[in-house]
Amino acid sequence: MTRCYSLILMALFAAVLVLFAGSLLVGPAAIGLGDSLAALFRGEGEMVTLVMREVRLPRAILGVLVGVALGLSGAAMQGLLRNPLAEPGLIGTSASAALGAVLALQTGLAAAFALALPLAALLGALISVLLILALAGPRGAIQTLILAGIGISALASALTSLVLNLSPNPFAASEIMFWMMGSLADRSMLHVGLAAPFILGGMLMMTRAWRGLDALTLGEDAAASMGVDLMRLRLWVVFATAAMVGAATAVAGAIGFVGLVVPHLLRRAVGASPARLLPASALGGAAVVLAADIVVRVIAPDRDLKLGVLTALVGSPFFLHLILRRRKDIA
Amino acid sequence: MSPVLQLSSLSVRRGECPVVDRADLSVAAGEFVGLLGPNGAGKTTLMRAILGLLPSSGENSLRALRPEARARHAAFLPQEREIAWPMPAEDVVALGRMPHPAATPAQNRAAIERAIAEMGLEGLRHRPATELSGGEKARVLIARALAQEAPVLLADEPTAGLDPAAQISVMEVFAAHARAGGTVIASLHDLGLAARHCTRLVLMARGRIVADGAPRDVLSPENLAEVFHLRAHVDWRDEGPIFQPLSVIGR
Amino acid sequence: MLGSVRRSEHMLAGLALVAGLAQPVAADAPRRVVSINLCTDQLAMMMAAPGQLVSVSNLAADPYSSAMAKEAEAYPVNHGLAEEVFLMRPDLVLAGRYTAKATVDLLERLGVPVVTLEPARSLSEIPDHIRIVGGAIGREAEAEALVARFEADLAALSVPEDQVLPLAALYYANGYSLGSNSLAGQVLEAAGYRNAAAEAGLAGGGNLPLEVLIMAMPDLVVRGTPYPGRSRSEDILTHPALDALGQGVAAPDLSDNDWICGTPQVIHALRGLVDTRKALEKAGS
Repeated sequence: MTRCYSLILMALFAAVLVLFAGSLLVGPAAIGLGDSLAALFRGEGEMVTLVMREVRLPRAILGVLVGVALGLSGAAMQGLLRNPLAEPGLIGTSASAALGAVLALQTGLAAAFALALPLAALLGALISVLLILALAGPRGAIQTLILAGIGISALASALTSLVLNLSPNPFAASEIMFWMMGSLADRSMLHVGLAAPFILGGMLMMTRAWRGLDALTLGEDAAASMGVDLMRLRLWVVFATAAMVGAATAVAGAIGFVGLVVPHLLRRAVGASPARLLPASALGGAAVVLAADIVVRVIAPDRDLKLGVLTALVGSPFFLHLILRRRKDIA
Repeated sequence: MSPVLQLSSLSVRRGECPVVDRADLSVAAGEFVGLLGPNGAGKTTLMRAILGLLPSSGENSLRALRPEARARHAAFLPQEREIAWPMPAEDVVALGRMPHPAATPAQNRAAIERAIAEMGLEGLRHRPATELSGGEKARVLIARALAQEAPVLLADEPTAGLDPAAQISVMEVFAAHARAGGTVIASLHDLGLAARHCTRLVLMARGRIVADGAPRDVLSPENLAEVFHLRAHVDWRDEGPIFQPLSVIGR
Repeated sequence: MLGSVRRSEHMLAGLALVAGLAQPVAADAPRRVVSINLCTDQLAMMMAAPGQLVSVSNLAADPYSSAMAKEAEAYPVNHGLAEEVFLMRPDLVLAGRYTAKATVDLLERLGVPVVTLEPARSLSEIPDHIRIVGGAIGREAEAEALVARFEADLAALSVPEDQVLPLAALYYANGYSLGSNSLAGQVLEAAGYRNAAAEAGLAGGGNLPLEVLIMAMPDLVVRGTPYPGRSRSEDILTHPALDALGQGVAAPDLSDNDWICGTPQVIHALRGLVDTRKALEKAGS
């Protein structure tokens, strides 16, 4: 099992590397492979270097960071609530993070102080996760969880639309789609700098939660009797999720279903233990977001097709499949 | 022999109302204690308080320990046989090693293998635990608790929902564990199983321990009538007692 | 009576749209003109007799969109809603081709004559537009004077043929750029630039990927003016890679509102671009 697990992790890591390279090589400016690499690593060719280092590199890095954030927080929320449908997009965390980000942008807070953007998104995400825990309870019964998620998403989306509609900026109003569906188009190193500390911090926090989530497989009393501090575990997971989803949403908008599909696909392969699922989902999330971002650029190069459109197209059948399988729980 | 668990005047309150009322209990190594009492007598609350899962007052020898040290001293088998994810049975058993971060992989492996062997899980070890039958799940979870290698094992209604054969094998495993020097405290509703397998019975009613001692003394006609409102036939034979409730005494 | 006026106005509008040269024949100029389109607002303000223009659209007063926001302060604004426009009792409504069709239809059903103006796609359409609006409001003389001044200004700014032209690009929110088949693209070319967007294959307006723009190495990037309140669409205008481009000279003194509409105002944009080109040439030589 352990050998099999390391093989899976290595395969996922290799996939992330390949897709990362692919993301660097796909773009509207037709640049040859050799020129791209020479520019990226040695800075040869002024304009090619600018394209590679300032346009494509931040996009690929953000693809990895956002994917890690979504995959990891999906797996962690599922572990915490012991429910395979718990996912930042479905339970309203992403929508609330988007609301926080939009508020920071439109109030001018983000202009006055750059970190206000990810911090406000983090706060939005945090409030929604705490609301979900309060509404659905620690066990996260399936119907309450999904219904609470619908309610929180609807409220956050409505408020986001309201803020954008009232904005003095005519472009802001047309960006509801971006905040609901997400995109990595034309992001720069500035955005990497904003998101990376929060996502990396969230990853570090998650490493403290792995063992506790494993014990939680047997229920709260069993976990507590094995020495797990449940209160601290919840706080770690909630804060780490808020930080990662908040930062990812602040720079890339809300991208749904990654945190649902990736853990679902990997769970059995890694032996279902949350501790093993977390690192695998982080890598899997990165691979999925990078792949989706390559696909949107290949199939619609001049349309800025939203990433969330693609992930939802692939993800919602999985969601329906999970619902069907758990219908007996709902009935 | 010094006790592995010592309670004195342990109380748990829910609001003003005591759910466990000044419980005194001292359990030594090698004992298999059956915790009896009607629904709502406070059995589960007492066990959770012993484990520090609930705030309590009075003295509890486990309370002084930090959570991880306490987990090395007392394992708990909750009543709900919850396994959230389709982990292989072997991995579920391995969760019991969590309170032993300092143990070597070889020590962990050995403890897991012992627990698997003790519960006869060889054939099930690679099966997803969520797909096992109720009895098999119970055995996997007991193995998990055994792998924790704690001197005290608290089990909340470990036989609930199991078929008769599975119930008896659970009781036999606990009895064997006690004979080998472990301590088991199990809450039970089946007075017959309790009478046959436990070395000692503790009877609770309305939050209080009302009787504590050998099965023969605790399952007296007076206690049965007062606490359970039952009239029963008990045949104390050499191969073990045979207990049969006969009728309910009007309340 | 109203019906016949309406029909003649209709014919006039139709002729104007087709030929772009029609002269109004109505003996009585309209007395209460309401404009509900940013471009007709500006043309009407330039030519209308005192008191003739009753209201302009709210965009006309918005400095980000309108080159004549100050002048527009003198007029009550409307929001292009049929009901409020109708209550102003106009005898002529000036609208744009892309004004909400429902509004125009409803106004016509209510018996209000409406003249619709196509958006200008080239410099040569500007005199036609001036004449259409001038004719519709009965101010032919003012229209001709405006046309004469515009054509003289344009001729004065013409570029000698034998010059090596610098490369420029127009860049707006969401990476939007304009090729030759657009008013702004034509102004750029008239100012003596090659248009990077046109060379990248963009005919009218459309998305010009940032990396394509970078690879074209333009000497000048004319960026859209950001609106107040942040938007993700405009983030691209502050992209660090864009900052590395076209550092040779200071950005030309012009704003988006100078060339949104086909009015003589584009001369301002044209002059700014010509000055910048001269600065570029000086820096280059």
